Amino acid sequence: MKQTRLMMGMPITVEIVNCKVKLFHFQEIFNYFQYIDDTFSTYKENSEISKINRGLLTKSQYSRDMQTILDLAERTRQDTQGYFDIHRGDKIDPSGIVKGWAIYQAALSLKQKGFTDYYVDAGGDIQVSGLNSHHQPWIVGIRNPFNREEIVKVVSLKGKGIATSGTYIRGAHIYNPQDKTDNLAEVISFTVIGPNVYEADRFATAAFAMGKKGIEFIEKLSGFEGYMIDKKSIATMTSKFSEYVVKSVEESEKKDLKSIQ
Amino acid sequence: MKKTLIALAAVVVIGGYVLYQNQGRFFLILLAQHRLSNPFQSSGNTAPATNISYKNGTYTGSVEDAFYGNVQVQATITGGKITDVQFLQYPHDALRSQAINSLAMPNLRQEAITAQIAQVDVVSGATDTSNAFVQSLQTALSQAK
Repeated sequence: MKQTRLMMGMPITVEIVNCKVKLFHFQEIFNYFQYIDDTFSTYKENSEISKINRGLLTKSQYSRDMQTILDLAERTRQDTQGYFDIHRGDKIDPSGIVKGWAIYQAALSLKQKGFTDYYVDAGGDIQVSGLNSHHQPWIVGIRNPFNREEIVKVVSLKGKGIATSGTYIRGAHIYNPQDKTDNLAEVISFTVIGPNVYEADRFATAAFAMGKKGIEFIEKLSGFEGYMIDKKSIATMTSKFSEYVVKSVEESEKKDLKSIQ
Repeated sequence: MKKTLIALAAVVVIGGYVLYQNQGRFFLILLAQHRLSNPFQSSGNTAPATNISYKNGTYTGSVEDAFYGNVQVQATITGGKITDVQFLQYPHDALRSQAINSLAMPNLRQEAITAQIAQVDVVSGATDTSNAFVQSLQTALSQAK
């Protein structure tokens, strides 16, 4: 069974392959994302993060989830050579790390309920577990950043997380507002496969911010693979990314043809 | 709830999202995207005729929540057409651009991307920034009418 909600400005989809699954299982996941938004949205005046930024809460008053997120954000800052940083002047905005973490927590909650075969997708960042309805590893497409209706790569995942960071606006008009010479559009889309969606998401975000050097960064991380698409529609992939790739029908046919010849 | 309402408003204003599921495939199609994205495409692509004409000038869009941060655009209209869109705010603005160790690029494989025909369960992509972009651009263009 599969359910989708538009929440936090993005579609959130959960599919669970189990004959005993009920609608309330999905509702619990969507409620969890609502709690995440209510707690961590910097756009909500009464969220915990907004209260922290207004100086209304001391560290000892932070919720456990808030403390966890702040600790993970600091660890990510260190892991990404400072490219990932939640500090905005005297305020903090951990939203760049919350999404992947929340998807992973939602997936873990399904595991705790005894489900083994499912995925949780929030805005294109996905945690998969077990097998799909055809008893195969989950088949995940990577969207064409230049044409949203197309996919440009197909990967097969078992118990992994996949996240894509990027902008789907073609052209050379996208600049870092802090540095007008920094053309963010050089890299359009950066997909990372990792041990879970939290790990994949935080490193996809950081790698995207690094520009073309991002793929080197992922190459050096063990347990992670990356697929980077630049503005010239050229994809660069890490050395073991191809192990996840499902060959298209045409490519398989070409290969067969070659072997026959 | 507010985000849902914003999304619903976008449906009414710009043609809408068609959200449908079919045999395990999931697509989010932004109907308005083709029209809106045309100004960004390089010349040579055939743009469909559009009967919308905007007043010349520079218009600033609303600040939209892209979850990772704010997106705000400024559209420039020349000769009744969108000639430029600049980002005033972009989600990655707070990521510090420190120099990283410049190591020689290892032999990473490259390929030109091509559309794949395959049945997939789910699609990975960055939807959030572009949705916020479209909403911000739309408010900029509504001022230009």
